[in-house]
Amino acid sequence: MRFHSFLIKYGEIGIKGKNRYMFEDALVRQIRFALKDVDGEFLVHKCHGRVYVDCEGEYDYEETVDALKKVFGIVGICPVVRKQVKAIEELKKDVVEYVGQMYPEGNQTFKVEARRANKRYPMNSMEINCELGEAVLDAYPEMKVDVHHPDVRLNVEIREEVYIYSEIIPGPGGMPVGTNGSAMLLLSGGIDSPVAGYMIAKRGVELEAVYFHAPPYTSERAKEKVVDLAKLVSAYAGPIKLHIVNFTDIQLYIYEKCPHDELTIIMRRYMMRIAEHFAKKDGCLGLITGESIGQVASQTMQSLAATNAVCTLPVYRPLIGFDKKDIVEISEKIDTYEVSIQPYEDCCTIFVAKHPVTKPNVERIAKSELNLTEKIEELMEKALETVEIITVGKE
Amino acid sequence: MEVYLDNSATTMCYPDVGELVYKVMCQDYGNPSSMHKKGVQAEHYIRDAKETIARLLKVNAKELIFTSGGTESDNLALIGCARANRRNGNHLITTSIEHPAILNTMRYLEEEEGFRVTYLPVDEYGRVKLDALKEALCPETILVSIMYVNNEVGTVQPVQEAVKIAKQYKPSILFHTDAVQGYGKYRIYPKRMGIDMLSASGHKIHGPKGVGFLYVDSKVKIHPVIFGGGQQKDMRSGTENVPGIAGLGLASRMIYQDMEMKNALMRELKEYFIEEISGIGQTKVHGLTDEGSAPHIVSVGIAGVRSEVLLHALEDKGIYVSSGSACASNHPAVSGVLKGIGAAREYLDATLRFSMSEFTTKEEIDYTLETLYNVIPMLRKYTRH
Repeated sequence: MRFHSFLIKYGEIGIKGKNRYMFEDALVRQIRFALKDVDGEFLVHKCHGRVYVDCEGEYDYEETVDALKKVFGIVGICPVVRKQVKAIEELKKDVVEYVGQMYPEGNQTFKVEARRANKRYPMNSMEINCELGEAVLDAYPEMKVDVHHPDVRLNVEIREEVYIYSEIIPGPGGMPVGTNGSAMLLLSGGIDSPVAGYMIAKRGVELEAVYFHAPPYTSERAKEKVVDLAKLVSAYAGPIKLHIVNFTDIQLYIYEKCPHDELTIIMRRYMMRIAEHFAKKDGCLGLITGESIGQVASQTMQSLAATNAVCTLPVYRPLIGFDKKDIVEISEKIDTYEVSIQPYEDCCTIFVAKHPVTKPNVERIAKSELNLTEKIEELMEKALETVEIITVGKE
Repeated sequence: MEVYLDNSATTMCYPDVGELVYKVMCQDYGNPSSMHKKGVQAEHYIRDAKETIARLLKVNAKELIFTSGGTESDNLALIGCARANRRNGNHLITTSIEHPAILNTMRYLEEEEGFRVTYLPVDEYGRVKLDALKEALCPETILVSIMYVNNEVGTVQPVQEAVKIAKQYKPSILFHTDAVQGYGKYRIYPKRMGIDMLSASGHKIHGPKGVGFLYVDSKVKIHPVIFGGGQQKDMRSGTENVPGIAGLGLASRMIYQDMEMKNALMRELKEYFIEEISGIGQTKVHGLTDEGSAPHIVSVGIAGVRSEVLLHALEDKGIYVSSGSACASNHPAVSGVLKGIGAAREYLDATLRFSMSEFTTKEEIDYTLETLYNVIPMLRKYTRH
């Protein structure tokens, strides 16, 4: 069956009152962005409180649906058949033909839901429902009407053209990216952080990211892996500005001056400070991490408190109550899993102590950090200055 | 300064070879199977390459099959030979330190095609134990495959002795050698040595990637593993990689030129490197350091520094080396070869392979040594607890 349009259903946006147009515009923008690389010409437009994607000429159906499935804010994608507005007898033929092609078994229960946006049409919705329902029953005697729980909701909308649709392909939900400010994701090469970024982006937040690399302890490939992960997340979240910070000197200095069992915590505190620096610089409204309570020593409640203490921006941890299994499930769904499990060392593991503290005390950690007073300012400055910034994802 | 010491992984293409490849690709691009002039011209490149290599090995040009490289040559040799000679027995022998192209093919024959495979152990220098070979031989044995030069530590295998032992036991036993690291470093004459099959690769001898050859003695019967249009007398279907083959021919000729002199220079640098590096302390050169090892490969264990870290530290200074075998994988697994030679635990994940080429200079080696002297003490200061 050839579809000429997609009707885009969006849930939450609908309830946003006076801001509604802003959300819709963002949705339209994101859809256009998502369809940029898809073969075919698309016209994305708002019309009577709905968003449509009209496909002009030849296009790749599968590719189009796949792209739309990655646009946050879309709850459902309805492939639409468009027909010219004709008298009811002709319209009946169109609808019967549609049903025949979509449901060749012809044994479902159904309900016609007509809408008449074009008020010049000589019949009202109720009349159209009856006429079309009858026509379908006549053509396919096995089909039955069920107005409460139909298998098939046959939507017929009369506008400048007639839109016929009945299938709803689920979208990712959430809100269009760009409607909720931006946040800085601490992106490692692991499984969790890309998922965390995805989840926050899903609420309409634009992402930036920061990655800490530690040459020669981490390799060029580890860095590439993170760029690849950022690219995969950007398929949903749009372009991501990725900050790559050389963390080696800071890490070695901490290693030299602080108790080894506190190494990871202190290191993470400096990562948060650096991430916050770039976040504030770009006007981000929060930080995002992939932490989940108790997953590792640095993610106990005490450890989280200790790393949290150095930030003034809110730190969003969308995976905080998730089990690893659940996180893996999402990472598989969004295609980051395969990349995440490539075995390149990241900078969190290189000097990890055999028995790191699991219940760090904030005051004690702060005291240990006093050992760093001599050079840390200088090293931090150097790390901030030498940052490498790349934007991943299509522009 | 850029110093490339990873020539066992791959080599820089000779510029002349690159030019020839380009010319064949863009001008003489005919299909050797075509009837017209353009096809004949392409066929000439293949014939020339074949004749060049045949002369170098002192074999018949008809006994060469061009492949996509060392791995395909090894697959064709082992699978093709095992399947064609299954009636004579189902026992295969190889060593525990072969390249994965051999080991994994053997494993496949073992698991999927019902052959029995013996993996011979090696001594502390990485030389296959010939006593073990004698013990392993049995009436069912049809094929012995032993590499010419080990790719990780550079040890030259006693191929000649192994051939004698196998053929003495039963003349019909076939002998294959994976000479990917040996071809172009040694004048190997398969017929004189009694080698029935020999694998080699283009990109290890300053030729192009994606091309190699398998020598198969005309008396030996093997089955093809790739089927199609029947090119190369049905032994390896698929339109020949003419530019690659032409490049392989020229690279072979060039690497054989002044081979002894080039080897002597590499060996001199190698000995110098080995002598100097011992000054760092807590280092160990694996395998043999004399004529019993290839002139271009040095494998050094450096205690207290993880090889991956040192590799990246050297990379930062423009020096490119391998940890373990670059060909084998890019995931940090402990080397089977190092385990095989019984290397001490502290060297298992702390070994780098430096491999030279005829282009390596004394200055480059000095720069590398200087860098190692600077970097290693610093890295040793920071270790994992």
